[in-house]
Amino acid sequence: MTQTNTPSKVIENIITALKNQPGALLPILHGIQDELGFIPSTAVPDIAKGLNLSRAEIHGVISFYHYFRDTPPGKHTIHICRAESCQAMGGKALESHVKAKLGIDYHETTGDGKFSLEPVYCLGNCACSPALQLDKEDVYGRVTPELFDAIINELGA
Amino acid sequence: MSITIYVSGDSSAISLGANRVAMAILNEAEKRDIDIHLVRNGSRGLYWLEPLVEVEVNAGLFDADFINGGTHSLALGATEEIPYFKKQQRLTFARVGITDPISLEDYVAHNGYKGLENALKMSQAEIVKQVTDSGLRGRGGAAFPTGIKWNTVLNTPSEQKYIICNADEGDSGTFSDRMIMEGDPFVLIEGMTIAGLAVGATQGYIYLRVEYPHAQKALNAAIKKAYENNYLGENIQGSGKTFNLEVRLGAGAYVCGEETSLMESLEGKRGLVRFKPPLPAISGLFGKPTVVNNVISLASVPIILDKGGDYYRDFGMGRSRGTLPLQLAGNLKHTGLVEIAFGLTLRELLYDFGGGSASGRPIKAVQVGGPLGAFVHESQFDTPLDYEAFAANWTVLGHGGVVAFDDTVNMAEMARYAMEFCAEESCGKCTPCRIGSTRGFEVMDDIINNVDREKNIVLLRSLCDTLLNGSLCALGGMTPYPVLSALNHFPEDFGA
Ligand SMILES: Cc1cc2nc3c(=O)[nH]c(=O)nc-3n(C[C@H](O)[C@H](O)[C@H](O)COP(=O)(O)O)c2cc1C
Ligand code: SF4
Ligand code: FES
Repeated sequence: MTQTNTPSKVIENIITALKNQPGALLPILHGIQDELGFIPSTAVPDIAKGLNLSRAEIHGVISFYHYFRDTPPGKHTIHICRAESCQAMGGKALESHVKAKLGIDYHETTGDGKFSLEPVYCLGNCACSPALQLDKEDVYGRVTPELFDAIINELGA
Repeated sequence: MSITIYVSGDSSAISLGANRVAMAILNEAEKRDIDIHLVRNGSRGLYWLEPLVEVEVNAGLFDADFINGGTHSLALGATEEIPYFKKQQRLTFARVGITDPISLEDYVAHNGYKGLENALKMSQAEIVKQVTDSGLRGRGGAAFPTGIKWNTVLNTPSEQKYIICNADEGDSGTFSDRMIMEGDPFVLIEGMTIAGLAVGATQGYIYLRVEYPHAQKALNAAIKKAYENNYLGENIQGSGKTFNLEVRLGAGAYVCGEETSLMESLEGKRGLVRFKPPLPAISGLFGKPTVVNNVISLASVPIILDKGGDYYRDFGMGRSRGTLPLQLAGNLKHTGLVEIAFGLTLRELLYDFGGGSASGRPIKAVQVGGPLGAFVHESQFDTPLDYEAFAANWTVLGHGGVVAFDDTVNMAEMARYAMEFCAEESCGKCTPCRIGSTRGFEVMDDIINNVDREKNIVLLRSLCDTLLNGSLCALGGMTPYPVLSALNHFPEDFGA
């Protein structure tokens, strides 16, 4: 996170740095989401201007891809794998447990702003199903409800 | 003398605690004042054993407990001697789990860049001929002959051509692409460089799914080293040839694994599937001739150029040549990666390698080939792993994912999930898929809730017919595979 810069400055810098690459839009959107956690609607006109595209086109791209979000996420984002291998190993029970424990459904954030919950269709961790991902890099395998509780307790849930 | 210890840095191994194990070993070694060299290798693919600790044994050298070879209760002996590993034929995965993934020195010391060395001495047509002779067919799903694709791009004149590696690996139940990228990224870089030389492309893109941050790191680190050591960039190894390579991230859309949708995405657009023709080989990325190949297809090229097309072709059966990295997942005792020549039966794979179900209950159904693959019934388990033999059974080998379910699974729910997945991921370009999948999901709901069951099953079949025949791409076109195979093989779950 760039501390000294305002969000609009961050956005401007990213657009300036990346706009001349071929196919620059996805790298720009990733850059913004990496820095800010989401893509604020205020970024759309700037991106459109930078790339010489219409706002509708930018908006269309953001909404097409599941990964891009236009609202701020919770402090931590939990991605639960809903796909077949995880289903074969108790993924649905884990899914119910997580939703009940956090008191939210998919695409929601807990009231205290700590956790967002998102579905994912395979994490490539199918040999260790059921799987979940915490924030960007932490993948967990063979996740039981108890292990899930331990993981979020460690985060001060 | 320093002791080399390997603890995998593969993300699945990490998901089971490999980082904590590595830390504990480092701490303990320091406490005991033992000089160790810890290598975070890729995974051997024996995931049921991860986190696996390997020690380079030099008998009699060590006194620390876990280094004492056979005495520890968890010791397994030499990894190479574990039958699961020993029975495999590792060509594409020859180095994975053995080398330090981002050490170029290690890569070269283990026969890396020999394929490129040979390719640099050949004409473009000769390189393509080696790949054609190998019999390699695309490992991304469609099994199209790689040599033929390359030949089309080679023979389409253009100032700019592209090589795209399809690293979207969206198929559930698959992880072989990830293992290569995390465990031996140089082999993919080498394969793409050879592809670039072969067809005259100077720019490559790896389109990587955003769910794979560990692969992204490994690839970027390896690409950097390849540039620093003149294996990428201009005048590669003094040859006068140029090849540049960059990783681009997807954004969580399954359909972007479809090659034309992928190119739209790389161009910065919504991932709508394109009409074909024109073929990507003639008019692909930014309208230029483009090779799109799967990670495993490209990572198999270096060994083909190193040992010759004939060497690779001598593995396999029928028109399925070489080896296939199979990924055992779901409800199996011994999940993991099995690279082996085509021809083994599914039953041998499930029981001799997989060890049967993890739960100890009977295996009821196996989904092979990802979310668009059919559910295979017990009566079909003796089918050999071969593209044609699978197709003859109305099943799909695809990217080699194998997901087993025990008898607690309800197949009507799996059929509903298949429709839901299609509805969720449809790009929306064609009506059968966009509307049919949502309708299919509702119909499955009614069937499960016993609302007008017979009528709805007739409707489901007719919907599947429309999807099969009227979809622009295989997302809509193949969703009927899991749905109808579930219905036909397991009618009892549909209330029959
Ligand atoms: C919906 C859909 C998703 C696909 N996803 C992937 C994928 O994730 N990875 C892949 O390599 N191929 C995928 N494919 C196949 C590609 O369209 C294409 O055939 C492949 O990348 C060509 O490479 P290959 O010949 O080396 O297999 C998908 C196809 C469809 C219809
Ligand atoms: S079948 Fe579905 S995913 Fe494929 S082009 Fe049609 S709408 Fe798009
Ligand atoms: S199916 Fe859940 S990680 Fe692959």
